[in-house]
Amino acid sequence: MIKELPLEKIVCGCSEDKPATPPAGRQELAGRSWVAEFIPTPTGDIPVVSTRLTLSDRLSAFKVRWGVGRMSYTIPPGLYAVDRPGPHSPVLVTSNYKLTFDSLRRRLTGQALWILVLDTRGINVWCAAGKGTFGTEEVINRMAAVGLREIVSHRKVILPQLGAPGVAAHEVQKRSGFRVVYGPVRAEDIPAFLAAGLKASSDMRRVRFRFQDRLKLVSMEFVGSLKYLLAIAAVLALVGLLAYRRLAAWDFLPYLGAVIIGSSLVPALLPWIPGRPFSLKGALAGLAWTLFLIAGGRLGWLPAVGWKLAVVYLLFLPVLSAFLAMGFTGSSTFTSLSGVVKEMKTAVPLMAASVALGAIFFGLSFFI
Amino acid sequence: MRYLSQVTTLEYKAALCTGCGRCAEVCPHGVFSLDGRKAILGDKDLCMECGACFRNCEAQAIQVRAGVGCAWAILRSQWRKGKGDQAACCCE
Repeated sequence: MIKELPLEKIVCGCSEDKPATPPAGRQELAGRSWVAEFIPTPTGDIPVVSTRLTLSDRLSAFKVRWGVGRMSYTIPPGLYAVDRPGPHSPVLVTSNYKLTFDSLRRRLTGQALWILVLDTRGINVWCAAGKGTFGTEEVINRMAAVGLREIVSHRKVILPQLGAPGVAAHEVQKRSGFRVVYGPVRAEDIPAFLAAGLKASSDMRRVRFRFQDRLKLVSMEFVGSLKYLLAIAAVLALVGLLAYRRLAAWDFLPYLGAVIIGSSLVPALLPWIPGRPFSLKGALAGLAWTLFLIAGGRLGWLPAVGWKLAVVYLLFLPVLSAFLAMGFTGSSTFTSLSGVVKEMKTAVPLMAASVALGAIFFGLSFFI
Repeated sequence: MRYLSQVTTLEYKAALCTGCGRCAEVCPHGVFSLDGRKAILGDKDLCMECGACFRNCEAQAIQVRAGVGCAWAILRSQWRKGKGDQAACCCE
């Protein structure tokens, strides 16, 4: 079924309907906590941004990670200054997602430079590049809109490396006269990159996906899985009431465990769980959980699990973990579209079959 | 970390390469490196098909079907034609 996919159209669809953010006027910008003052330039007054994050900046980052109002943090596109830049100062280009903007500016203490914020509809650089909103057209148009040619005398702009999927550097140069230099992947390396004369080491050019990087995503994965958890809880409550005339916390816990394993534990422990397909990793971890529940029930230190319930667990729990773990492909930094399609061609039918078998068995289990 | 082997659609025609080095500059997984006057394709299985090299290759020596390796996006594009659902995806 996945064969007929219009593959070239697959982009992350989290924000399709987000409107463009208009550039803000001086008065609106002056009200932002991160705007310290304004400096005059040939094209008008430019806001100077603070390189220090306030408590409210950190709080908004925390809220974003837990999915509270996550998409409403945008920066008005346009040109900003750090310290007192001049016509020879470097120009850094970034997205208008507030977290990206914050992680950039807080690394720029002691620098004097320009920041050109593109309208990426509040999306981070890499995802926006994949969608094309961090793209060739936007780079060219935004440089023209702010009058960059009159502000700097050089003809060079520094783009984040992860913007490259959306930008054709040679095209930008041909049409605007500005040469694109791709900076490092991570904002933390920008001072070293600037100090080295716009040279990035090979380490600065690689994306990482370390334990701590994955841990930052776990909260969002878990919040994303809550809607599945609610649906499952509703079904379980209904089944519990109709079939057993009871509502017991213990009936929910195996499923809650499988959801946490698939959405949080597998992402955190990703490289240490066997298998390459994410769904396989999830299924194995979910199976381990299921066997733990069955063994615990048999040995008497967990509520008893009869053979019928064991079969139901085996058919439902690993699938649940596998499905959620498969979703983590979108948050990982190394899965390809072709790979995920290949994985899903095998995994999705297997998961559907397991759920169908589980439902049939559960129905029949009242008669055997 | 590695994902599935032998799945990438990445193709490189060395004969067309002008040695500008953009591919090595933009690849987040070090698949391309520059050896003097030509780019060298290294471990293809590390490719995630982000399309950065392909888009920045003026000589058109690189081809790849670029896309996002996201299961939710694939499911969504299949079942809902990609309309507005807010799933946890790559949008950190």
